Amino acid sequence: MHSAKEQGRPRLVMIGNGMAGVRTLQELLRIAPGRYDITVFGAEPHPHYNRILLSPVLAGEQTLDDIVLSGWDWYEKNGITLHSGRKVVSVDRRRRVVRADDGTEATYDRLLLCTGSRPVILPIPGNDLSGVIGYRDIADTECMIDAARTHQRAVVIGGGLLGLEAANGLMRRGMQVTVVHRGAWLMERQLDRAAATLLRTELEQRGIAFRMQAQTEALLGTDSARVCAARMANGDEIAADLVVMAAGIRPEVELAHAMRLHVEHGVVVNDTLQTVTDARIYAVGECAQHRGVAYGLVAPLYEQAQVAANHLAEYGIGRYAGSVTSTKLKVTGIELFSAGDFMGGGDAEEIVLNDPLDGVYKKLVIRGDKLVGACLYGDTADGTWYFQLLREGRSVAGLRDSLMFGRDTSPHAEAAT
Amino acid sequence: MTETKSTCPYCGVGCGVIIESAGGQITGVRGDPAHPANFGRLCTKGSTLHLTATAEVTLQTRLLQPMRRVARGMPPTITTWEGALDDVAERFASVIDQHGPDAVGFYVSGQLLTEDYYVFNKLAKGLVGTNNIDTNSRLCMSSAVAGYKKTLGADAPPTCYDDVNHADCLFFGGSNAAWAHPVLFRRIEDAKRARPDMKIIVADPRRTDTAEIADLYLPLRPGTDVMLFNGMLHVMLREGWTNPRFIAEHTRGFEALRERVRDCTPEQAAATCGITLEQLVRAARLFATSRATLSLYCQGLNQSSSGTAKNAALINLHLATGQIGRPGAGPFSLTGQPNAMGGREVGGLANLLSAHRDLANAGHRAEVAALWGVPSVPERPGKTAVEMFQAAADGEIRALWIACTNPAQSMPDQATVRRALDRCEFVVVQEAFSTTATCAFADVLLPATTWGEKIGTVTNSERRISRVRPAVPAPGAARHDWSVVVDVARRLETRLPRRTNDGRSLFPYALDNAAGAEAIWLEHRESTRGRDLDITGLDWAQLDAQGPQQWPMPEGALEGCSRLYEDGIFPTPDGKARFVDAVYAPTAETPDAEHPLWLNTGRLRDQWHGTSRTGTLGRLFGHVPEPALQMHPQDMGKRQLSDGDLVRVSSRRGAIVLPVEGCADLTPGQVFSAMHWGSEIVGGQGPEGAALGGVNALTNNAFCPDSKQPELKHAAVQVAAARLPWTLLAMALLPSSSALQILHLLRSKMTQFQFATCVPFAADGVALGASDAAWSGVLLRAAHREPVTSRLLDEIEALLGLDAPESMRYADAGRGQRRALRLNDSKMGDGRLRAVLLAGDTRAESWIRTLVQDQLPAQAFGRQLLRSSSRAPSGVSARGKVVCNCLDVSETAIVNVLGRADAPRGSEDERLADLQCQLRCGTSCGSCVPELRRMLRASEVTVAAPS
Repeated sequence: MHSAKEQGRPRLVMIGNGMAGVRTLQELLRIAPGRYDITVFGAEPHPHYNRILLSPVLAGEQTLDDIVLSGWDWYEKNGITLHSGRKVVSVDRRRRVVRADDGTEATYDRLLLCTGSRPVILPIPGNDLSGVIGYRDIADTECMIDAARTHQRAVVIGGGLLGLEAANGLMRRGMQVTVVHRGAWLMERQLDRAAATLLRTELEQRGIAFRMQAQTEALLGTDSARVCAARMANGDEIAADLVVMAAGIRPEVELAHAMRLHVEHGVVVNDTLQTVTDARIYAVGECAQHRGVAYGLVAPLYEQAQVAANHLAEYGIGRYAGSVTSTKLKVTGIELFSAGDFMGGGDAEEIVLNDPLDGVYKKLVIRGDKLVGACLYGDTADGTWYFQLLREGRSVAGLRDSLMFGRDTSPHAEAAT
Repeated sequence: MTETKSTCPYCGVGCGVIIESAGGQITGVRGDPAHPANFGRLCTKGSTLHLTATAEVTLQTRLLQPMRRVARGMPPTITTWEGALDDVAERFASVIDQHGPDAVGFYVSGQLLTEDYYVFNKLAKGLVGTNNIDTNSRLCMSSAVAGYKKTLGADAPPTCYDDVNHADCLFFGGSNAAWAHPVLFRRIEDAKRARPDMKIIVADPRRTDTAEIADLYLPLRPGTDVMLFNGMLHVMLREGWTNPRFIAEHTRGFEALRERVRDCTPEQAAATCGITLEQLVRAARLFATSRATLSLYCQGLNQSSSGTAKNAALINLHLATGQIGRPGAGPFSLTGQPNAMGGREVGGLANLLSAHRDLANAGHRAEVAALWGVPSVPERPGKTAVEMFQAAADGEIRALWIACTNPAQSMPDQATVRRALDRCEFVVVQEAFSTTATCAFADVLLPATTWGEKIGTVTNSERRISRVRPAVPAPGAARHDWSVVVDVARRLETRLPRRTNDGRSLFPYALDNAAGAEAIWLEHRESTRGRDLDITGLDWAQLDAQGPQQWPMPEGALEGCSRLYEDGIFPTPDGKARFVDAVYAPTAETPDAEHPLWLNTGRLRDQWHGTSRTGTLGRLFGHVPEPALQMHPQDMGKRQLSDGDLVRVSSRRGAIVLPVEGCADLTPGQVFSAMHWGSEIVGGQGPEGAALGGVNALTNNAFCPDSKQPELKHAAVQVAAARLPWTLLAMALLPSSSALQILHLLRSKMTQFQFATCVPFAADGVALGASDAAWSGVLLRAAHREPVTSRLLDEIEALLGLDAPESMRYADAGRGQRRALRLNDSKMGDGRLRAVLLAGDTRAESWIRTLVQDQLPAQAFGRQLLRSSSRAPSGVSARGKVVCNCLDVSETAIVNVLGRADAPRGSEDERLADLQCQLRCGTSCGSCVPELRRMLRASEVTVAAPS
């Protein structure tokens, strides 16, 4: 393919070797192969892998090799210069030069920021003890796998998507796991109370313990500065040899700040994913803030990638208008899906189905004559269809009575009244 | 196990039953082979009697303690017998004292025993001094009474059941005996089988199951019976088919009638009656020229504003042709109730006195006063049923004592009846069941014994007196009706001293035991001495030894008398029967532009009256599961109605909502509803929020001037689609120990819907066999203009056990939709549905009802069960209605057998035999045989059609 760098081509530098960025490159290579001279900096010493699949790795269902998306040879085949394990420490926007922690530099005509996010580490005493980690990358995953070999008890702080996946993985690896959650129900950003209750019951049956509406006040350590317990605000202490902080993520914007880009929650970008400060610089993925939203899920990142690639290819026709998001939990045997405005409220109407025998709960939220949200537990087969209806925003009035029962593909599908 | 011989409490055939009991509990019932009414046979209702007397039914539906209401509308509270009886005596005495004896009324029942009736009559006419005592027999038999008396001179059916074996022609007028008198109809079928030459004529506006056996069916236009009979007489006279000798020797008054029928030309009669000339002539010929003609008639003649004329016009034919006083010949009025005859015998009606005496006759009054030892019995005629409730509504009658009947269900023009009950200062309801609509209006509720518990006698349609014997003791604090009456009467005697018999009680009977009942009966017996119904030759020991006897049986007679007037002498002063100049008059209401349809009401095969007893049994709803209005498909088409659509049926008096059902057995212009659908079963809220009053909200209280029997059979109505788009269906199988209680609670919610009906049902396999009787089905169907509150639905779900955590649910509040269902626990994955609620959209009923009712495995369908679609998940097929109730054979099963390629092609009897050989349907009580024959004929058409 591209064996050598061709002179005169514009230079594209990408900071961050994660899912959003690599997807942008793949798109770009597909629609405008050879347009750019591409250089990639990645902080992790790994090729591009599927971060979403860290949980199955933790749960022992997949190996690290399984989740690599683009091996070293991919970069080579596509003529991409990869600086793996090198963290970018500064960018000189005037000179358009990127500099890594080892001094490696690269000049750019276009810069793609995809620094992702980092876990929130709670500002509590003991958060620096050994055995206290976030859950973000391969290193964290390996740390947990190691801990599960040598230790018994784990506390996961945060009953959101990531926290529950971590808890499940650790439980599968034989640890006694307690999830400490501030909210009244699990995954409140993705589930309503009814679905969350089913989820909690299921996880409890699998052996995970829960402390709901509980706040961790401090982490207590042993003499050897390893964590040994988490103390709750009510004084309870839960023994723990491992504490996983999964209480949320923040866009990784340290570098953007230093570059004096406009940053709010994330790096502020326009509908073509260009930073509002510097049109040469694009930002995609968890670090970007588009129309006030920084996304933490993979589907929007891919949508952003497509638009960014389109713009980089100078087609100029793609615009990103934001994403409707959907969630699935990657815990084997637990089917869970939520999308859109699944809580409803206001003028929204709800259609609800409960099947306690099969452990199924489904809620569809309708506003006007459109499906705007869905929350499914136990049977997510129709999630994709609902997500499609939701994103298309077309009227479901004629389907309403059969909507809950999935797409009727039979020839005599009954006309709804 | 103990066996007790008694009688069936349902229709007037008066079948003998053998009640099996053990440990004070009725355990079984079978026909008494020795009883001459049925020779061991029972119908669907009779053969399930024991199931209506289980401990579970008793505990949930019976009135078991005396109760009193502090105020109307409040739940009644338990009181003592002493307290209740003192209360009744005090209030009655006070009303009599202040307003005179005619300010009180007694409304009793053809289901009471002769002894009960006797003391009620004595209390009213002898002690209180009012003739305001009438009975529900007024709604049933009073036209027959008046017809017999006007023509033959006495209220005595001259015939007997055995006559069906001797007749060459049977003429049914206004009788669907196949459903209303099934065991007699079985005898008729046997007779027809034995003598196929016997001709059967059926005149009825509806092509009933009785018409199925007919050689000649006359689809009579409603209410034109007199014209039919007069037209037949015209033909008979023209053709010389009358019996001039009989007329001359045994009758009077023929000339006037001959003049009358001169105008009733066959052409005019046929046109008025809606039949062909040929049909009319053939009917006249068969009636007149057959060797012996027996006519059998019932409410079609009686419940009419010209009921007496109809009865008389038919008897005229018997007299004109001499078809009377011979085996197989005579006019046979079939009674609707088990002891309407007994009530007539003791004079328990507002215009009668004991032993067929007349109130209008001073000599008769003096005889009765002498028998009772009172100075006189009042002269002024009492209020008959309709008049009594009108008087109460007008404030003229201030205290009512209602026993063993349910006027808030059965009386016509319910608006007036309910106004009467509301207005009445003091209402006593003496009842066996706490579930009747009338109970809700009572100030005092007195618990009475009922079938299987009572002591006394009854008289059936053929004048046959049978002993009623208790198989089990009275449940709870219930007492015999006569004991309650006597106990109150004695209390009244101390408060109304002037009417007592020289200081001695008029009611010197032992209470609560057989001796008391027998003493009353003996007093009644004495009153018959020298009368047409003289039974002085009979006593209880003889009834025990010789079995039931037909009256008359005067002193010295060795046995009763099967036929009357064999000597051609009639109980009139000159011994001659009278022709009545019967004038045809149309029904009180005829259809007009505003109310263009005839409403006819009548019985169903498997229900009886207000259903307080039959309504406790799901399996008796197998044949007709829910209330409906039957309408000719052509009339439905005009109104763009389909089966199951809700319609608002309104007459000048009221309106109700019913589902409509196509029925080609009616002629266009007619609609039909069963009489059983009272406000207990079908209801809803009317426009002003008042409860709808069941089918009798519509019926007309216009009555026959002679018999005072109201025209329950004919009302002009309009039918329009009721636009109630929000529908509900809830069904559940519940433990039998609570199902009827829950049914009652569900019914209390019916007024919160614009339409609602609530009935029991039997699930497959649950209905049959005592071991499975642990579960009973209840069904609530409702409709409303808009979605009802979720709180109401929550309450219904809780009653049906759908509030269990394992219930499956679907809810779309925005569309007013909610569905819930509960499966039986099954580890096998083949769980059955035990409860279902479909609210807002009941399209799924078509298949989900089958799953519940037939208890098919449903678990595999999973969440698809919550779909609103009318398309069944594949693998569900409906079983259809139950045709044979005894052996639980469904319509679908029968159609399948009939439709098979190898089905035999022979005669109808051979095909029936083959069908019965395969499915056994109709081989037990036989009530469904007419329906089976109809299906056989229908299948013949479809099988023959393609070739």
